[in-house]
Amino acid sequence: MKKSLYNYILGIADNSLILGQRIGELCGHGPSLETDIACTNISLDLLGQVRSYYQYAAKIAGDGRTEDDIAMLRKEREYVNVLLVEQPNTDFAYTMARHFLFDEYHLLFLTELKKSKDMTLAAIATKCIKEVRYHQRFSSDWIRRLGDGTEESQNRMQAAIDDLWTYTDELFHQTDADKAMVSEGIGVDVTKLKNAYYEKVNTVLEESTLTIPESKYFQKGGKMGIHTEHMGFLLAELQYMQRTYPNMEW
Amino acid sequence: MITTEQHIDPKLIPILETVSDPEIPVLSIMDMGVVRSALIENGIVKVQITPTYSGCPAMDVIGDDIKKALKDAGYKSEVELILSPAWTTDWITPRGRKALEDYGIAAPLGAEADKDVLLHGKRIVKCPQCGSTNTKMVSQFGSTACKAQFQCDDCLEPFDYFKCLK
Repeated sequence: MKKSLYNYILGIADNSLILGQRIGELCGHGPSLETDIACTNISLDLLGQVRSYYQYAAKIAGDGRTEDDIAMLRKEREYVNVLLVEQPNTDFAYTMARHFLFDEYHLLFLTELKKSKDMTLAAIATKCIKEVRYHQRFSSDWIRRLGDGTEESQNRMQAAIDDLWTYTDELFHQTDADKAMVSEGIGVDVTKLKNAYYEKVNTVLEESTLTIPESKYFQKGGKMGIHTEHMGFLLAELQYMQRTYPNMEW
Repeated sequence: MITTEQHIDPKLIPILETVSDPEIPVLSIMDMGVVRSALIENGIVKVQITPTYSGCPAMDVIGDDIKKALKDAGYKSEVELILSPAWTTDWITPRGRKALEDYGIAAPLGAEADKDVLLHGKRIVKCPQCGSTNTKMVSQFGSTACKAQFQCDDCLEPFDYFKCLK
């Protein structure tokens, strides 16, 4: 039970940590001042949220590790985030498409997690969902603007959606920790979110004059710790300070 | 127990009112509604505060400032961060809203205000400089996590709008 709960929390938090790191890479590199500030604000929200999760995970583990140890000192195979969130910022359409495809899931997930029997997880979800609504509003707005924009912006957004689509199905795969926590009334049954997810995503894509991808082939592995080639580079940057100056503190 | 009520010892209110948000110095933490309880137990003041935003970097500073203010008043204290119930802009007091406006930050309106502004071209956010509602949103995300960027089309001044969080 304790181990399942710990693993379950990591499964939630790792998604936000890795996505927060990715979107935070736009700090100083955003296409405009406003988008730069927005992306770093979203990154700050996500990293703030994961602190709550990792603090709770550290308390459950009870082996002396802190939230920082859990966030910063695991090896690549020990991170259980979905492959979607680790995909790189190739262009702004890609960055926003990745965010949007996660935000829609994140909202549905947190709505259910609010009902968790675990009071701490329910409290974190209640807090986070207020912030994630802003994220979804921002990313879906960019899907519409770029999708229903110029020929160039539409082509790029369509290419991004087509490419990232293969990573969406993994969001609804259940891990062992998921199954254990669902049976305890603590976890969210992600398999039940799938229909609502594609309905919401498809509505926005249609409004954006984009074509809904028909691909039936989906990637998976992140939830089992098997990541794409981008993950190692991301972790190298994320963990640089702790690896270079072990045990450093601010 | 989850409660939206505040439990604050009246003796401590004047002390806590001297602590302000480091990012919005005109706003005391009492007017922001982040102090959920402050009670004296066995000679130690136990304070519970709730973050405005999960990633708000001001919370650590606020915690330290509370301890310092209480220490100066002769109290030992412990500050605990609680997540539930989650903070909402509804907890900002009328005095706090006035302080925001005077400082040049538009106070939060209804939950959907900035969405309405963005999607329907409604003009409801009042410019804190000239009072005109002929304003537009520049970006949903502003100088800190809690603010959006606006501009007034009459006096042309840019200003911050404190986002509604419910």
